[in-house]
Amino acid sequence: MASEKRLRIKTLVMVLAMVLCANAGDLMLKRGMSQIGAVQLTASGLAHAFRLTVTNGTIWAGILFLTGFMLSYMTVLSWADYSYVMPAGAFGYALLTLMAVVFLHESVSPRRWFGVVLICVGVLLVGQTKPRTTELAREAVA
Amino acid sequence: MRVILALAVLILGSTGGEIAITHGMKATGEPARLRPQALLKFLGRAVCNGWFWAGVPLMALSFYSLLVLLSWEPISFVIPASALSYVVGTFGAKYILGEDVSAARWAGVLLVCAGVALVAAG
Repeated sequence: MASEKRLRIKTLVMVLAMVLCANAGDLMLKRGMSQIGAVQLTASGLAHAFRLTVTNGTIWAGILFLTGFMLSYMTVLSWADYSYVMPAGAFGYALLTLMAVVFLHESVSPRRWFGVVLICVGVLLVGQTKPRTTELAREAVA
Repeated sequence: MRVILALAVLILGSTGGEIAITHGMKATGEPARLRPQALLKFLGRAVCNGWFWAGVPLMALSFYSLLVLLSWEPISFVIPASALSYVVGTFGAKYILGEDVSAARWAGVLLVCAGVALVAAG
């Protein structure tokens, strides 16, 4: 059915947006905090770190991406099953490992590669199922 | 014992919070279309939903529990253990949200849970 196919594509696009935003956001925060340096756990140290954080562009970019993650997460849950979105979102772990290898040239243990394979097979299995199994509240269109 | 308790708060808090938010979003209904104006209206409706605000403190509690756990135990134990939330969340989806979790979906969830635990363990 056409609407079934549309639902599936819409869900996959949103899950992809969710995963990309979450990974990009985490990477930006990590990069921004590295620019700031280790935070001293004293009143003046925390105040200093706070000033540096709110004036750091990379941190704001990270916050923007994480906001994008939250919005796409809320949006996709308005029509898709929680038990579909939650495991599908774990694809982010696999993607993060691949990005660490490609961009950061990190070495990855065989155990971790095995985990990546399990995640990918699991996400493919979940992806085969129907994205929505419950009745949807009709939107109150104004 | 305190580790198990904190882990339970971490897992039940995050899955409970997500289930409450899912319930709130289902009650909100999907956005009319995926355009900025429709999305803004949709978000406005979502934050007026009580279930959304029931979920937020639960997730905050879970995050606090994560911080506490990380101060006691190594991250290579904490993150793989928290991967159990995939299984707990699926039970919640089935029995609380009434979703139809097929055998294929269960198999996928279990593989993802094991995979996340392995990836996080390094």
